[in-house]
Amino acid sequence: MNEFSLIFRNEQNPDVQFSPEQMQEILKQWHDWMGGMAAQNKMANPGNRLAFEGAVVRKNNVVTDGPYAEIKEMISGYIVVQTETLAEAIELAKGCPIYNAGGCVEVRSIIPMSM
Amino acid sequence: MKSEKELIPHLFRSEYSKITAVLGRLFGFEHIEIAEDIVSDTFMMAAETWGQKGLPDNPVAWLYAVAKNKAKDYLKRNQLFSDKIAAAVAYNSPETYEIEIDLSGKNITDSQLQMMFAICNPIIPAEAQIGLSLRILCGFGIEEIADAFLTNKETINKRLFRAKEKLRAEQVKIEFPDKEEVASRLNTVLTTLYLLFNEGYYSLSQNASLRKDLCLEAMRLTYLLIGNEATNQPAANALLALMCFHSSRFEARLGQHGESVLYEEQDTSLWDDELIARGQHYLNKASVGNAISKYHVEAAIAYWHTTRTADKWEHILQLYNTLLILEYSPIAALNRTYALSKTIGKEAAIIEAGKLGLNGNYLYHCLMGYLYSGIENTCAIANFETALKLTKAKADKAQIRQYISDLKNG
Repeated sequence: MNEFSLIFRNEQNPDVQFSPEQMQEILKQWHDWMGGMAAQNKMANPGNRLAFEGAVVRKNNVVTDGPYAEIKEMISGYIVVQTETLAEAIELAKGCPIYNAGGCVEVRSIIPMSM
Repeated sequence: MKSEKELIPHLFRSEYSKITAVLGRLFGFEHIEIAEDIVSDTFMMAAETWGQKGLPDNPVAWLYAVAKNKAKDYLKRNQLFSDKIAAAVAYNSPETYEIEIDLSGKNITDSQLQMMFAICNPIIPAEAQIGLSLRILCGFGIEEIADAFLTNKETINKRLFRAKEKLRAEQVKIEFPDKEEVASRLNTVLTTLYLLFNEGYYSLSQNASLRKDLCLEAMRLTYLLIGNEATNQPAANALLALMCFHSSRFEARLGQHGESVLYEEQDTSLWDDELIARGQHYLNKASVGNAISKYHVEAAIAYWHTTRTADKWEHILQLYNTLLILEYSPIAALNRTYALSKTIGKEAAIIEAGKLGLNGNYLYHCLMGYLYSGIENTCAIANFETALKLTKAKADKAQIRQYISDLKNG
């Protein structure tokens, strides 16, 4: 079994506001999607969601606010799935609810430490 | 008043494990068989003496007195052995040097807890942990254990023998773990008790009273953990809550012929409200701290099953999502798909079920048979027929045949 990271990319859009009911629905969609992958035993690690607060640190102690200062998209989280092939991982990523909110998923193969 | 015929098995079950735990702790795993032999001899003597002379006034006190004397005799006779034990005993009673065997309630409980931690040790396989627990902690006979595991006495004897050898070889001590270790060691103990309960709850054995006994023993041991300050942890409470909720449906889920009755078809008047209330009590006690164990999630699922609200299946679905993300198991994956059929309908659930990769699993084909029923009956029948080939349990076979004939007769 190979591992792939699904990296969630969002555009931060302050104009979009969700009602509590919509938030609840989004939460359910994500949970159902993750639960569905876990039911296929393809969830290797539920990963983490990343908050908006943060900083970017560069050479010479240059610190800028926010991870989204210079790129249009920001990374909002990641999970790790286990499938035989990249194609299968991509298939899983297609079910992600992120597209409704304008985001996208980057699927990357994880380099195994033990060869 | 119970007759002797009933009394001895009852006492055997409840007292065997208590005396064995106390003597076992005294003798250690090196000589655990001697402890077991002494207790067996004691009960043999009780059966013979009581049979001839009638019951003593206090049968339990009689058993303790005889077991104590037998143990003391053994220790006196075996010099090498008594050197080691005498040193420990002398510390407790420096003045008399008399060997004292403490069968007080507190020492019995302590000994049983220590024995539990010693047996539930990952260096021996889970099956052996359950077998040893049943033998030493619950006082089950070898034949009963064989029956529960659907195997023969020889296999169980071998399994227990090997397990004891291993515990001896690894010099496992019968003692309470250090404070820092309790949490991680408790996990192993809870896993074994969980499996012990499941062995009774989901066993294919046709012996319904034996299955119930397994569940009750698992609950009794979990209850012991909750009675002890160090082990009264949220996960232990969650596990006991889960067991209470499950056993509340014990009567309702077994049909007249020993077949399992689907949740939907159960007579809810047979659910035990008192056990449900107890489950809620322990689930509340489990809801402290930040750690969430799979027992918390499973107990919450079992709780929702006992309710009759309209949105319960949505709650159950979300809890199965959480459970699967915590830890995958085929049974949870199948149950999640069942919950899905209750929230988004059978057609959508069929598509999800197809992705599970559980082709060839008996319960998978039962689920598919259920999902296709009323949607595409030929597929339903095909799945039930596959399931039929995959199970050996008579009662289950009969039930599946019933489903097939219902489908064929429209």
